[in-house]
Amino acid sequence: MMKRNEGNKKKSRSVRVDSVLLSLKHDKAAVISLILLGLIILFALIAPFLPVEPNATNIANRLQPPSAGHWFGTDEVGRDYFARVIYGGRVSLMVGFLAMLTSLTIGVAVGTIAGFCGGMVDMVLMRIVDVLYSIPWMILVTVVSIFLRPGLKSIILVIGFFTWMEIARLVRAETLSLKEREFILYAEFSGVGIWKIIISHIIPSVFPTIIVSATTSMANAIMTESSLSFLGVGIQQPMSSWGSLLQNAQGTMQNTFYMALIPGLLIIITIFAFNKLGNLLRVFVEPKIMNDEKE
Amino acid sequence: MAKYIVRRILTAIPMVLLITILCFALMHFAPYNAIDAMTTPKMSPETIELIKAKYGYDKPLFIQYLRWLNGILNGNFGYSIVTKQSIAGDLAVRIPNTIKLVLPAYATAYILAIILGLLAGSHKNKAADKVIDGISSIAIAVPSFWFSMLLIFILGYKLKLLPIVGMHSVGKEASMADFLRHFIMPFITLTFTFLPANVKFVRSSTVTQFSEDYVLVQRAFGASRGEIMFKHVCKNVLLPIITRLGMALQLLVTGAIITETVFGWPGVGPYFIKAIQGMDYPIVMIILVLSSTLVILGNLLSDILYCITDPRIREMG
Amino acid sequence: MEEIKKNDDKILSAQNVHTTFRTHGKSVKAVRGVSFYAGYQEILAVVGESGSGKSVLMKSILGLMPENAEVTADQILFMDKNILEMTPEQQRKMRGKEIAMVFQDPMTALNPLRTIGFHLTEVLKRHRGMDKRTARKEAIAVLEQVGISSPEKRLDQYPHEFSGGMRQRVLIAMALCCRPKLLIADEPTTALDVTIQAQILELLKKLQDETGMSIILITHDLGVVASLSRRIMVMYGGLLMEEGLTEEIFYSPKHPYTRALLQAIPKPQAGDRKRLEPIPGMAPSLIDPPDGCPFAERCKFACEQCEKGIPKYRVYSDTQRAMCIFSAEELDARERKVD
Repeated sequence: MMKRNEGNKKKSRSVRVDSVLLSLKHDKAAVISLILLGLIILFALIAPFLPVEPNATNIANRLQPPSAGHWFGTDEVGRDYFARVIYGGRVSLMVGFLAMLTSLTIGVAVGTIAGFCGGMVDMVLMRIVDVLYSIPWMILVTVVSIFLRPGLKSIILVIGFFTWMEIARLVRAETLSLKEREFILYAEFSGVGIWKIIISHIIPSVFPTIIVSATTSMANAIMTESSLSFLGVGIQQPMSSWGSLLQNAQGTMQNTFYMALIPGLLIIITIFAFNKLGNLLRVFVEPKIMNDEKE
Repeated sequence: MAKYIVRRILTAIPMVLLITILCFALMHFAPYNAIDAMTTPKMSPETIELIKAKYGYDKPLFIQYLRWLNGILNGNFGYSIVTKQSIAGDLAVRIPNTIKLVLPAYATAYILAIILGLLAGSHKNKAADKVIDGISSIAIAVPSFWFSMLLIFILGYKLKLLPIVGMHSVGKEASMADFLRHFIMPFITLTFTFLPANVKFVRSSTVTQFSEDYVLVQRAFGASRGEIMFKHVCKNVLLPIITRLGMALQLLVTGAIITETVFGWPGVGPYFIKAIQGMDYPIVMIILVLSSTLVILGNLLSDILYCITDPRIREMG
Repeated sequence: MEEIKKNDDKILSAQNVHTTFRTHGKSVKAVRGVSFYAGYQEILAVVGESGSGKSVLMKSILGLMPENAEVTADQILFMDKNILEMTPEQQRKMRGKEIAMVFQDPMTALNPLRTIGFHLTEVLKRHRGMDKRTARKEAIAVLEQVGISSPEKRLDQYPHEFSGGMRQRVLIAMALCCRPKLLIADEPTTALDVTIQAQILELLKKLQDETGMSIILITHDLGVVASLSRRIMVMYGGLLMEEGLTEEIFYSPKHPYTRALLQAIPKPQAGDRKRLEPIPGMAPSLIDPPDGCPFAERCKFACEQCEKGIPKYRVYSDTQRAMCIFSAEELDARERKVD
C-alpha cells in the first residue's frame, strides 16, 4: 500500500516535469527569454563585483556611441551606460521582487483570514478589496506616492500595498473550498488553533496558486515601477532603474537612440520571461492543462 | 432581473461614498493641505483663522466633508492650489481631449481584438494562432511609453512625417488635417496598448467555447465549421466581451495618462501628472473620485449588460 | 474472413478500425482493429468500461474525432457507401441526416445561449431545406413525439429551463428531425437519475418501433441493455472481446471478461444469493498496451500464452464469437477447478 503510494507520488512528479519539458519544447521563445532572464538576474546580482562604475562621470567623454571601452556607450555626463543599465536592472528587479513579496504577504494574509474566518471579518476585508479595486491602479499608486518621499523604499511599499487585491481574492476563494475538506474540518474539530491551521494547512495548500501569482505579480511590479519612474514619480537620481533610464534617454533620443532602445528591450525580455515562467509553473501545478486534448 | 439590477445599484452607492470618504481623508491628512496652500508663514494667526473660516475649514471635519461632497454633486470641484483655476473648468476642456484620443483607440483595439482573437482561437495551435498569440504575448510586455518613444524616433525624428507633441500646431487650431497628424502617433500607441490583453481574452474565450460539448454535438448534426463559428461560438464569445465594455468606461478619463504625457496631448494625463508633481491635492483627489466612480459605474454597467444579454440570468428574479 | 457476409442485412459494417491519438509525442491507441456491423432495424448494444474505446470507435466512424486522432480502417460501409471514400463535406452532410448521434451529458450538449427551437430548426433547415415556418411546425411535432408537453411554448425556451431528462429528450428530438436510418446513442442515460434513465430507454425503444431505424446504444452498464438490444458487443482495451445475440451473451457468455461483467451485475431476483464479484485491477494503459490479450492481467484464467499476441476469434455461432485462446468448454473446466 505504502509502496504504491510512493510510486504514485513519484509518477506524478515526473508527469509534472514531463509536461513542463514538453511545453518548453514547443515554445522556443520561452526557452530563449528564460535564459536571457537568467543572465539579467545574474548580472544584477554580481554587479558590485564587476569592474563597472555606474556613477563615475567624465564630461570629456559624454554621449559616446557604443565601443569596446563602453559597450553601451556613455550618457550625457559621461557615465558608462553599460554599468548604468546593469545597476538599473538591479534596482528594477529588486523593486519587482520586494514589491511582489509585500503584495503576496498582504494578499495571502487577507485572503486566508477572510476565507477562513468568514462572517463580518470576510465582509469587511472584501469591501476593502472592492474599494481598492475600484480605483484605477495608476491613479492609486501615483496618489500614494506623493505622501511618501519619492524613492526606492516608497515605490516598493506603494506597489506592494496596492496590488495585493487580486491575490487576496484568489486565495480567499481557495481557502473557502479548502475549509470544507476533511483534514481541515478534522483539525478544527480536534481543537487546533486557527493560526496553526492557517499556517500549517491552508497556506501549504494554496501554495501553488501563490507561486503562480508571484510571477504575474513580479512582472506587473516591474512594469509599474518603470512607468512611475518614467513619469518622474518613481526612482530618483542618482539612483536609476530601467524606467528612469528611459525617462533620461527621452531628452537625447534624437541622437542616442540606443540609450532608449536597450533598457526598453530589457524590460520587455524580463516581463515576457516572467509571464512565460508563470505559464510553465501553471503547467507544473496542473499538468492536465497540457493533456486537454484527450478524450 | 429588475430586482437584481436595483440591488446592484444599491450596493454601488455605498462604494462610491466610501471612496469619497477615503479621498477626503487622504486630502485632509496629507502633509501639505489646502490651508497651507492659501496661507503663508508670515500671516498672523488671526488672518489664518479668518481664511479658515472663509473656506469653512474651521467647521468639524464631518461638516467639511459634507460641504465638499455637496460641492462635487453640484459640479463644484473646487480650485487648484497652484493656478487657482476652477478644476471643473479645467476638466471640461481636458476630458473631451482625452476622449477624442481614447475612444477611437479603444474602439479600434476592441474590434481588432475580436477579429484577431476569434481567428486565433478558432485555429488553435495553427500558424495564424501562433503568430497572433505570439505577438500578443510580446506586446503585453512592451511598456507603452517605450513604444511611443519608438514611434517618435522613427516617424517623428527620422522620417519627419509627424509632429511629436501636442494636439494642434500653433495657429492651426481649426485644421482637421493638422489635428489628425498630431493624432496618429498617440492613437497608434494607445491602440497597441489596449490590443494585446483584449486579443488574449477573446482568444482564450474562443478556445474554451470550441472545446465545449455543444460544438461536438453541432458537428455530429452536420453543422459546417462556418455555421458553428457564426451561429454558435461567436455569440457565446461576444457576450462576455460586450460586458467588458463597461469596465473600459474609466479609460475615457484615465486611460491614457502615460501616452498623453509622452506626446504632450492636452488631456487629463499631463494635468494629473502636473498636479501630482506640484502637490495640487484638490485636482488629484477629484480625479481619484472621478475615475473610481467611473470604475464602479462601469462594473454596474457590465453587470446590467450581462443581465440583459444572457438568457440564463435574464429570467432570474 | 468468415465474418464478412453478404451486406444487404447490414446498415453499417466496419472492418479493422484503428484510432490513434497523438499528444505531445505519445500515441494513445484507443481502438486497435475492430470489425463489427449493425443490422437494419436492430438495436445493437456496445458495452465496455470507460476507456474501452467504445465511444471513440463510434465517433471515428462518424468522423467526429479531433485533429490529433488518426482513424484507419479497411472499409466502413454505411448503406453500401464507403464512408472512408467520402469527402469531408459529404461526411458532414451525412451526419445528422442519415446517422444521428445523441451524447452522454445532455447538460452541456446544447448551446446555453440558443433556444431549443433554434437548435431544432437549424437541423431541419440544413438537412431538409425547410423554411423557417415549416421547420418550426416540424420541430413542434418532433418535440411532441419525444414526449415534451406544450412544445410550442418550450420551443422558445433556453436549455437551462429544461431538466436533464428533458434536455436528453430535446437531443433525441434533434436526432429524429431528419428521420435518420441509424441513431448512435452514446451513454444517453449515464448522466441522468435512475427513474429518468428508464424513461429515456423506453423512449428510444418506442421510437425504434415507430420509425424502424437502427440504434447503436453505447453503455458501460450491461444490465441496462438486457431488455432492449438484439445483439451485444463487448469491448475492452480498444478491442472487441465478444459479440453475440443478447440471449447468447447473457445465457452462454464465452469470454472471461463477459463472464466477469455479468457477475458484477446486481441481480434483484429472490433467492439469488451469489456474491457480486467486482473485477479486480484496472483497465490497461492505452499508451503502452500489452502485446497480448488486454484482459490477461485481470483474468483469473490467464496463462503465459495469453500475453503472447492478441488471440484469434473463436466462432461459436453465426452471431457469436469471442477473442480468447480458450474455448468455452476449456474455461468451464478451469472454472470448476478454480472453485
